[in-house]
Amino acid sequence: MTGTGLLELKEVSSSYYSGETLLPVLDNVSLKVGEGEFVSLLGPSGSGKSTVLKIAAGLLEPDRGRVIYRGRDVTGEPRRVGYMPQQDMLFPWKTLAQNAALPLLCAGSGKRDAAARVEEMLPLFGLEGFGDYYPYQLSGGMRQRSALMRTMLIESNLWLLDEPFAALDALTRENLQGWLLRIWERFKGAVLFVTHSIDEAIYLSDRVYMISNRPGRIILEEVINLPRPRPRQVITTAQFAGYKETLLRTLAGEGY
Amino acid sequence: MKKWASIKNNLPAILFLSIIAGAWEAAVRLLALPAHILPSPTAIVMALIESFPLLAMHTRVTFTAVLGGLALSILLSLLLALAMDRWKPLKQALYPILVISQAVPIFALAPLILIWFGAGLLPKVLIVTLVCFFPLTVNLIEGFSQVDPEAVDLMKTMQAGQLMILRSVQIPSTLPYFFSGLKIAATYSVLGAIIGEWLAARAGLGIFMLRSMHSFRTSQLFASIIVVVILSLILFKLVELTGKLAMPWHKNTQENFKG
Repeated sequence: MTGTGLLELKEVSSSYYSGETLLPVLDNVSLKVGEGEFVSLLGPSGSGKSTVLKIAAGLLEPDRGRVIYRGRDVTGEPRRVGYMPQQDMLFPWKTLAQNAALPLLCAGSGKRDAAARVEEMLPLFGLEGFGDYYPYQLSGGMRQRSALMRTMLIESNLWLLDEPFAALDALTRENLQGWLLRIWERFKGAVLFVTHSIDEAIYLSDRVYMISNRPGRIILEEVINLPRPRPRQVITTAQFAGYKETLLRTLAGEGY
Repeated sequence: MKKWASIKNNLPAILFLSIIAGAWEAAVRLLALPAHILPSPTAIVMALIESFPLLAMHTRVTFTAVLGGLALSILLSLLLALAMDRWKPLKQALYPILVISQAVPIFALAPLILIWFGAGLLPKVLIVTLVCFFPLTVNLIEGFSQVDPEAVDLMKTMQAGQLMILRSVQIPSTLPYFFSGLKIAATYSVLGAIIGEWLAARAGLGIFMLRSMHSFRTSQLFASIIVVVILSLILFKLVELTGKLAMPWHKNTQENFKG
């Protein structure tokens, strides 16, 4: 699966100025996401995970290093990609349906076509009948599903998801993880998924990169060979526990 | 329920005003004050009724200047704020000048405008524009600068053009700022028109006030004050209502936060 690289970050370093002092954020980060592969980037808060996604999306230019997408150098070039920022970024002035239709309108669809397309997608995301609701009228879980739906409608085969479930309660979170896997299996996009939860990373991914505290370095790459489709019970298996131990040990080595 | 609550909330104010009016009426009658010094509330109401046709005509003239000035200032401030948001050097060059311009009293500028543009509708519209332009522009600039860069980033990953970003993100997120600026502008606008009329005009509430003053018809002067107050309130409420219609999400979230 890792053979055909869809997205590749090559020795990327990044830093920013906080007042007068230059703060390094990323130090020589290299990673790959293959076609249709689910890859997680796991690390503590403030380790520069969001910066990796922004660089991957072309929204931020790294100090050093390159971003290769489908064999082309796209460093610092904003382009069509299913990017979902950490805050759900549903626009409060648009209804759920209008928010979800936005990527279609940007891609040149007519208003009516876009609305029909969104209407047809709502049930799949468990949002049937909520199209006319404003974001403030939706629960946290529904907001995340709406934002994911908008992300899918960007129609890129690469999704960059920045801690989409971090703000949810534990039960909603588990529920949405299983649901995300079903959506992903259906759409078959490649995913780069940022998280600070070890269980979430193992449960969802084909491969996990672990990133160190700031300045972020890749300290571990672990292939997760759990069967697909993955039932929830997989988290109680010895194999799952084995992966968890490896990841925890690496974290402990970093002083956590 | 809601209607009743709003009446109930206003009850103390209404009661207080009635007491003042009552005391005023009694004082004028007991002290036998001459009507040209202080007319009684009933005399003012009578004057309001008697000169209603005349007042209505002058009000229409003033209102036209107010609406014209508001429209012109909205257009100008929108263009200027957008340009200043797009080109930072322009903002750096113009912003201090904008602030300084507000230190020049409108009473000093108005005569100049009248010298240049005569005594018709245009100079009044321009004076209203001068008064309303500043609160609108400052609020719009603030609004545009508060647009969430993450929202703009997200639009870029959808390959949205400049116009799409303006329409879907920048304008809606600036609307609350625009309407709070417009509320201030609306209350200033009537004042601006009347100042223009005081200096030179053929008709308008300012002219009505001047004429009443010169002929010592103090009750008419009070009547015109009432009209000015009502006019300003109507404008203010109109802006508030438009804001609520234009931003259904905003009103609702506010109510939500209030619980």
